[in-house]
Amino acid sequence: MALLPMRLAGWLVIPAAALLISAGLIHVPWAAFLRRLLWLEPLAAGVALMALFQPDGWRICVFLLAKSSLCLMTMVLLTQTTSFAEILQVLKAGRMPGLLLTTLALMHRYLSVLGEEMHRMQRARLSRTFAPRRRLVWHTLASVLSQLFVRASERAERIYAAMCARGWQ
Amino acid sequence: MHIPDGFLNAPTAATMGILACAGVGIALAQARRHLPPRKVPLLGLAGAFVFAAQMLNFPVAGGTSGHLIGAVLTAALLGPSAAVIVLTAVLLLQCLLFADGGVTALGANIFNMALIGGVGGWLIYHPLMRLFPGAFGRILGAAFAAWVSTVVAAVACAGELAASHTVAWNVVFPAMAGIHMLIGLGEAIITALVLAGIARARPELLDLPAHRTSAAAPITRARREGTGALVAMGLLISLGLALFVAPFACPWPDGLVKTAQVKGFADRESPRPGVPTPLADYRMPGLPTGLATSAAAVTGTVVAFGLAWGLAWGLTRKDRIAGQAGSACPTVSSRGSGERI
Repeated sequence: MALLPMRLAGWLVIPAAALLISAGLIHVPWAAFLRRLLWLEPLAAGVALMALFQPDGWRICVFLLAKSSLCLMTMVLLTQTTSFAEILQVLKAGRMPGLLLTTLALMHRYLSVLGEEMHRMQRARLSRTFAPRRRLVWHTLASVLSQLFVRASERAERIYAAMCARGWQ
Repeated sequence: MHIPDGFLNAPTAATMGILACAGVGIALAQARRHLPPRKVPLLGLAGAFVFAAQMLNFPVAGGTSGHLIGAVLTAALLGPSAAVIVLTAVLLLQCLLFADGGVTALGANIFNMALIGGVGGWLIYHPLMRLFPGAFGRILGAAFAAWVSTVVAAVACAGELAASHTVAWNVVFPAMAGIHMLIGLGEAIITALVLAGIARARPELLDLPAHRTSAAAPITRARREGTGALVAMGLLISLGLALFVAPFACPWPDGLVKTAQVKGFADRESPRPGVPTPLADYRMPGLPTGLATSAAAVTGTVVAFGLAWGLAWGLTRKDRIAGQAGSACPTVSSRGSGERI
């Protein structure tokens, strides 16, 4: 669908219909679905707008927007119905290399942990400083990030010890 | 810079997919051979770190904001093939979980950000790091590599979009290159500041002589990776650039992989008149020849290098003072690690 050439534009109706029917069948929370889509749409629209600057641009632009919106809807539907563990199972069945799978799984697990740690550090920093000056914004950002990396690498050591203790080789 | 679904045509997506698979495959083989098992969790944590870092925005001129890509930062901290794996995992997760970047465009996105950022950045970072010893060389190399790789990745992205007949090259190239020459400056500054911060807190993570004693052995220190794999990945990058950027611009140098990255822009100064290029039809508005573009590129590169130099100088000078202060009071240094473990 994503690779459909322009002369077959009419065929886009088929995946669109299939998408809407399947979304209707599983009772998608439409408000959350549309909100998520609205967040993502500007990224695609930005590139599509650049397509206007060429001969017959508006038709290409509309076609691109339709195509990418359908793809985005598919992906949003996937993330709303499938857990990441299931996606990892599929990737594993598809013979994805083990190292990449381990990295993906660990990353997904510690995403929120590191995110929270970062916000905690930022909050602590904010509570200790007055309104940040423009030059200070960069310094704050960099010091938070470098500290976050140091903590992440220390956490990785602890995780490795825990993994070994549980029999990982 | 994440290309969404639907913007690449089938040949482009397939070619980029093959190139990305080959590059990631080489990186994985390298990691299997050289990566000690105790560094495996670090890859996942570094991925989460890059993901978190990409959520933080920094102010760019004119009220807009950009965010870190983090490829050169990861390469400087963990080595090139680990950086490729980490960035690939980040892009996969963003694509599968957050619909940021398309599934069919995954190959192109991995090529642009993981391979050009990780390996291409390393090919600039490493010689500079060797040339100037200590933290100065590291910060200078990383800052300059961050800028160059951001701009090259943006140009590659523009080339892929133009090769797919999605947008015209004369529109997308100035837009992407222009914006990313600015964003690249932000990336360079943040990369330099973060590296300086890490050098101050845990110099052994950067493989620098520590002025603080640490009980824990450094976990990030990389074993020497094979140059063959680096050359192979560099060749892959040159191949991708040759396929998707060269038809629009003028011939890129092949062979000398290391200089291909550094001098890529400079070499555009001499477009061979005999070679027929699409640029003949797609003249840039307001620019009579490619000369103005290459002049801008050369100026930008020189300015970026100067900035990287200044950053490295300023940050390491401060570091030296901090280092003396740190060695003057050993009570502080002995407290460094150990507590949180």
